[in-house]
Amino acid sequence: MLTLLFDGLAYGMLLFVLSCGLAVTLGLMNFINLAHGAFAMAGGYVTVLMTNRWGVPFLLTLPIAFMVTAIAGGLLEKALYCRLYDKTHLDQVLFSIGLVFIAVAGVDYLMGSQQQILNLPDFLRGRFTVGGIGIGVYRAFLVVVCGLLAIALQLILAHTRFGSRLRASVDDRRVARGVGIRVNVIFAVTFAIGSGLAGLGGALGAEILGLDPTFPLKFMVYFLIVVSVGGTSSMTGPLVASILLGVADVLGKYYVPSLGGFIIYIVLVAVLVLRPHGLFSRAA
Amino acid sequence: MTAVTLETRNLTKTFGALMATTDVSFRLEKGARHALIGPNGAGKTTFINLLTGVLKPSDGSVMLEGKDITALRREGRVQRGLVRTFQINQLFAGLNVVESLALVINEREGQGWRWLKPAFDAPGIDDEIAGLLSDFGLDSVFDQPCSALPYGKQRLLEIALAVACRPKVLLLDEPAAGVPEADRKEVMSRLAALPADVSILLIEHDMDLVFNFANRISVLVAGALFAEGSVEEISKDQRVKQVYLGGAAHA
Amino acid sequence: MMSVREKRQSATAEAVRSVMKRHGRWSRLEIGFWLIAVAAWFLLPGEHLILTEIVIFAILALSIDLVLGYAGIVTLGQAAMYGVGAYASGLLSIHVTGEPLTGLLVAALAGALIAFPTSFLLLRGADLTRLMVTLGVAAVLHEIANQASWLTGGADGLQGIAIDPLFGTFEFDIYGHTGYAYSLVVLFILLLLARFVTASPFGYSLKAIRDNPLRASAVGIPVKARLVAVYTLSGAYAGIAGALFTQTQQFISLDVLSFQKSADGLMVLVIGGTGYLYGGLVGALAYELIQDALSSVTPQYWQFWLGALLIAFVITGRDRPRQLINSISARISRPRQPGRLDAVTVADKGKPT
Repeated sequence: MLTLLFDGLAYGMLLFVLSCGLAVTLGLMNFINLAHGAFAMAGGYVTVLMTNRWGVPFLLTLPIAFMVTAIAGGLLEKALYCRLYDKTHLDQVLFSIGLVFIAVAGVDYLMGSQQQILNLPDFLRGRFTVGGIGIGVYRAFLVVVCGLLAIALQLILAHTRFGSRLRASVDDRRVARGVGIRVNVIFAVTFAIGSGLAGLGGALGAEILGLDPTFPLKFMVYFLIVVSVGGTSSMTGPLVASILLGVADVLGKYYVPSLGGFIIYIVLVAVLVLRPHGLFSRAA
Repeated sequence: MTAVTLETRNLTKTFGALMATTDVSFRLEKGARHALIGPNGAGKTTFINLLTGVLKPSDGSVMLEGKDITALRREGRVQRGLVRTFQINQLFAGLNVVESLALVINEREGQGWRWLKPAFDAPGIDDEIAGLLSDFGLDSVFDQPCSALPYGKQRLLEIALAVACRPKVLLLDEPAAGVPEADRKEVMSRLAALPADVSILLIEHDMDLVFNFANRISVLVAGALFAEGSVEEISKDQRVKQVYLGGAAHA
Repeated sequence: MMSVREKRQSATAEAVRSVMKRHGRWSRLEIGFWLIAVAAWFLLPGEHLILTEIVIFAILALSIDLVLGYAGIVTLGQAAMYGVGAYASGLLSIHVTGEPLTGLLVAALAGALIAFPTSFLLLRGADLTRLMVTLGVAAVLHEIANQASWLTGGADGLQGIAIDPLFGTFEFDIYGHTGYAYSLVVLFILLLLARFVTASPFGYSLKAIRDNPLRASAVGIPVKARLVAVYTLSGAYAGIAGALFTQTQQFISLDVLSFQKSADGLMVLVIGGTGYLYGGLVGALAYELIQDALSSVTPQYWQFWLGALLIAFVITGRDRPRQLINSISARISRPRQPGRLDAVTVADKGKPT
């Protein structure tokens, strides 16, 4: 039971890293980006390619996965996304579905449609026991890495100049421009970091979530749920939502396998009906 | 005694600890030209929202022609004749002027659920629309989409849509707001020509318009009724001058 | 003074009447479109299967147009009603009767039955909430169909569907001859109905809600009730589309409830343009043509190009197809004799019955 809880925790933390970028673009910048999972997939493939084919150490591939997807995200933002901030949600939905199609077909073409297996280094395999709880080494590694990331993010958003500029730009673009904030740059950097984090999440999660070209479609709903359930007033909401979702999903699939597939949707619909603006948003 | 069409009794609205509307008991007489004024943040918008059912009062009641409508929804109040206009134009951007008016008239006539009958078939609807068009100077733009109208015409359509509901009580929320000087006269004369039996509550900042249009004025300060009286009484009231008119620059 | 005013007013009334009369009239482009669709049955017998597919897609897109184009609800879950309609008609044919028209009716009811409760979840919240709810409901149904394999066949698909001949005479053949004619007539009837609905007071109140829900309620329109009604109607349409799919394919897999199906439907509609009923038709045609052209170049990866097209389409502006059609329509309908056109209208309205 506790082992399962820990697995759920690790899974949830992973979901958080995957979706926190979306929490910012969707939640704060109000851009419905269904293609967020495509960046995660890109990160996953970067890591798999580098470790499996070129023998780069796994740990070293993680920052590279982050960088590659961040750069890709930044370029796409400058080239395409920035034109859609002012368009309707329907336009944004269609645009990002288009991106997903491209990503799915493109990866299928380049890498094939089979599931990719990541060769983890030996020191991250196996289990250890603490107080009678069996814990996977890799799961523990995930919890530590993702936990640190979550703390770092919260600090950056709440206490740095970049964080306050981002919040100002989101609140009112014109006013922010008026006081000399370079809103376009802030948005581009934010988008790039969000994509990078998704890429990092994809790299970390390749082992647990599985990696094949349909990844963006399969996990799109999870990311959206984290954001819509968690709300966006701080990073805490999405974090708590991710962990709850992770634990519920793992426990659900273990104890009631027949229901496991739709527990998350039932949670989603229930939350949206009761709190249309998310569980942790400020009272509307 | 004159008949009262709209009345509030001890109307109160609190947001947390904030009293947005405090114990307002207000009467609007039949056929009135009544203005509600007050400094920014006095709670005029909250008051309108309470009257029209956008907000639920924390206490007190709203009566329309002697019937308690406090629990009624927005559209129910409209159907009973309590209609408002908006400070910022709220038009149907994708429809043209005739279509907008027609749909309002259909709704008023209880046709809104008819789903197989053409929208323009109601007998007399064409004449009624033509009447509204000429009353509000919209004849020249009748087949243009609302979003393409010049601002002054949009402002007139904003009022025409409300009048098409055949209101008993019409709440005009700053009808001249943003209207360029050249079109102002037209808006004001159209307002003056509204049917006499419609009771009108005008929420306005512009003192010229208030003094021209209204024969009675209520002053709202900090969510409470501060003073009420004829135009003359209010314009001479020293306390009102102090809190609201300041140096009486407009008067 | 009064008489001048009255004169002006009666001139205005005349002008208003002429604008009103123009509404609901069949344009030449529209008539031409149907003539071509009918001609295709005679002239393109080898293409009936793909034409049937187009028609079914068009009905799915039409159902989305009713909620998106007319009521402004962004949805990514139309597959919920489509799929339930497909399964309902399939199960009906296995367990009760293979009579196709009964199947359509049952599917319409099933679609409406799913849509009705769902619509209450859409009344609160903004675009994102609506996207999530529609998507979530479709996903739940997909999972239910997956789990209840004793009923639906699960991932293997529903086997053993057998559809009786239409009216007891017309066999559903493997070339789709019956299928195309049947689907086309159903599409025509549904489009005709949608035409009436969108030109009715109810239809206009939907457009008012789409454009400005705040003002709609301020002129006395019961916004929530109207949205529930149109979403339910759209559910019935989607259900019928699903039933047509079942009856012409005689096989259903879980795909009918998939996200892909919802996204395709939305895409087809948007390619053709929203808010004028023919968007789904135009879009479905374009979609199939594009798919056909692209998959002959890159058989497996045509979705790549579809994605690229979609992006280009959004970036350059979605209004283009609608504008194009409007300008074509304006060009081919020169000033005409009202009497003659009215006759055409009557003739066309009489056709389906």
